[in-house]
Amino acid sequence: MKILYFAWLKTKLQMTEETISWSEDCRDTDSLVRWMKTRGPAFAEVFSDLEVVRIAVNQEYITGNTTLGKEDEIAFFPPVTGG
Amino acid sequence: MIRVQRDIFDIGEEIEALTTGRTDIGAVVSFTGLVRDINDGNDVTGLSLEHYPGMTERELAKIEKEARSRWDLQASLIIHRYGEMALGEPIVLVVTASPHRHDAFEAAHFLMDWLKTKAPFWKQEMTADGDTSWVKERESDVKAAKRWTTNA
Repeated sequence: MKILYFAWLKTKLQMTEETISWSEDCRDTDSLVRWMKTRGPAFAEVFSDLEVVRIAVNQEYITGNTTLGKEDEIAFFPPVTGG
Repeated sequence: MIRVQRDIFDIGEEIEALTTGRTDIGAVVSFTGLVRDINDGNDVTGLSLEHYPGMTERELAKIEKEARSRWDLQASLIIHRYGEMALGEPIVLVVTASPHRHDAFEAAHFLMDWLKTKAPFWKQEMTADGDTSWVKERESDVKAAKRWTTNA
């Protein structure tokens, strides 16, 4: 699975993208977020307030918990500020 | 039509290209967003825009399709820049064309409101003391976008 980070999430995690192996820990977006929080202080901080973290799976916004497969691209980013 | 680009654009040329050779268009509305020197009381010296290549184009195309299904548009264009931008430079351009002004006005307003809350762009501001900070989402933008959902 490919994971992408944008804006301040990227800055805080010092990472733009990573590839992780699919496991039960990331079978869906709720599980993936739970696992992310266990990865260290920076991750715990970034995922502490989910009100300010948006999630896209395969470049589409998700609404609610979403099942994930090994080929999926998951992106985490703050509310958008373009225009 | 959707364009996501680093380069600056010329508003006049874009509008002309959209309407040249067309005698069926009666109204053209354009909105241009510019880099401002102040935001939330802070002096801004420059702007940098990050985006999510791939998803950006998909979202913009969806927003444009939605506008064309709601209003009688003969042509539409969305250009959004990314990368470094200087004060006064254009960031975004929305152009809509219709037989009469109402549809072009409404659609341009809608396109900007939806783009602001859906297209995956993130602004980072530079200040005179060398600091950079990520721009926060505005509640007023969220409200503006919601208006088009309740009125649909």
